[in-house]
Amino acid sequence: MSTPTYMDYSATTPVDKRVAEQMIKHLTMDGDFGNPASNSHYYGWKADEAVKKARQQVADLIGADSKEIVWTSGATESNNLAIKGIAHFYHKKGKHIITLKTEHKAVLDTCRQLEREGYEVDYLDPLPNGLLDINVLKATMRDDTILVSVMHVNNEIGVIQDIEAIGNLCREHKIFFHVDAAQSAGKVDIDLSKLPVDLMSFSAHKAYGPKGVGALYVQRKPRVRLEAQMHGGGHERGMRSGTLATHQIVGMGEAFAIAKAEMANENIKIRALRDRLLAGFDGMEEVVINGDMESRIPGNLNISFNYVEGESLMMAISDIAVSSGSACTSASLEPSYVLRALGLSDELAHSSIRFTIGRYTTEKDVDKAIDLVRDKVQKLRDLSPLWDMFKEGIDISKVEWTAH
Amino acid sequence: MAYGEKVMDHYENPRNVGVLDKDAKNVGTGMVGAPACGDVMRLQIQVNDDGIIEEAKFKTYGCGSAIASSSLLTEWVKGKTLDEAAEIKNTDLAEELSLPPVKVHCSVLAEDAIKAAINDIKSKA
Repeated sequence: MSTPTYMDYSATTPVDKRVAEQMIKHLTMDGDFGNPASNSHYYGWKADEAVKKARQQVADLIGADSKEIVWTSGATESNNLAIKGIAHFYHKKGKHIITLKTEHKAVLDTCRQLEREGYEVDYLDPLPNGLLDINVLKATMRDDTILVSVMHVNNEIGVIQDIEAIGNLCREHKIFFHVDAAQSAGKVDIDLSKLPVDLMSFSAHKAYGPKGVGALYVQRKPRVRLEAQMHGGGHERGMRSGTLATHQIVGMGEAFAIAKAEMANENIKIRALRDRLLAGFDGMEEVVINGDMESRIPGNLNISFNYVEGESLMMAISDIAVSSGSACTSASLEPSYVLRALGLSDELAHSSIRFTIGRYTTEKDVDKAIDLVRDKVQKLRDLSPLWDMFKEGIDISKVEWTAH
Repeated sequence: MAYGEKVMDHYENPRNVGVLDKDAKNVGTGMVGAPACGDVMRLQIQVNDDGIIEEAKFKTYGCGSAIASSSLLTEWVKGKTLDEAAEIKNTDLAEELSLPPVKVHCSVLAEDAIKAAINDIKSKA
């Protein structure tokens, strides 16, 4: 059996072979396997050197100082550390936090936890294109607001928020600004020497690095302080204890160095493939693109094929690996909360497919996806009572359904 | 989620897809579910003069398990009387298709569909 074509790069990316080659050098007896904190011998020094290099590589991609990088286990931990760390450290300044309804669960659930601890959180609705209305943010800010957390690039719809404008507004009001950049590093230019951002979360595995490692940028000037969430040996200037995973960190460094070198050309290639995919659906009826097409990363196409349920479409096109906003498997039967927050109807949210294109996608892959989708959408519409009703001119939103 | 063989078979080769004349006196239509929940089933049965279901057709918007549940149901009801068809339990469908717990609601919907179709035909008599 041939393996399906991978088009789910926003879920994770394969590790670049060049990255894996570097990682392997930091594991075995004949490599630099030491504990970077062992500052009394050769093995520790070699590992520390490798970590320092990786720290610089990560800092270089995002225009930061290497001293502003805190290693974590991934963007989820970075988000937790940033949000809880700020809230707990600065709780005397205020207990109000603002975020967006379309954030990743790692941000939303962290905020929910803080609510249980007595903090107040406003979850803002985005505009129908997925972008944050800066005036809505402004109107929500209060004297006791301590933190705004907005993601750079949305994982489902790929839209890019204007973090410069949001950051400037936060600076004006002396509110800390955290950005979840898990989906943007290596895809969108980030220059933290200029951007008004206090904290930024990163993940390695969304950028051809390994899973299990990430970083949090913590601005030094002016200094941003955090309450640690993980206590122990005082690693990472006390902000995150735990022996550094040298090979993982080296992998993240190498992945980010490659991204810096190749991002500009790669984006051109990926954009062309995404546009080819989109053009391939030309002429199909009842197709809706979810999220803004202008302010969007090149590799994302989130599209709803109305009157076809997303999970069954995924099953029909199982020769390509994609994801869907349908959540037929979840007990709640709730479709994607991100698409719902854009104001999409439940059925359109259930009908959505997310294609994410990346480093190893080819024109052949895209053409295969187009043929498969066109064929199977037609097949499933022939099977769909909703499609029949649409063709008969019945407005489905006006039908009285027996919800279950 | 990985699907069982029988679900895949019904999904790839759905039986009895189609439409019967909903206004005919010997045709019963059951439309259950809701687009908002991600599944809608329309099941139609046609009864002959002896009270036997001689034809069954369906169309389903929903996941693979919902499509398979309704497809299997159309196979099962053919040749049965209305009373016999009303005896079909969702658990039988779920068992035959080896549905995992999160997909059992698809078989519940199929049971609702046949009940609704039977009620419809009885209301016409």
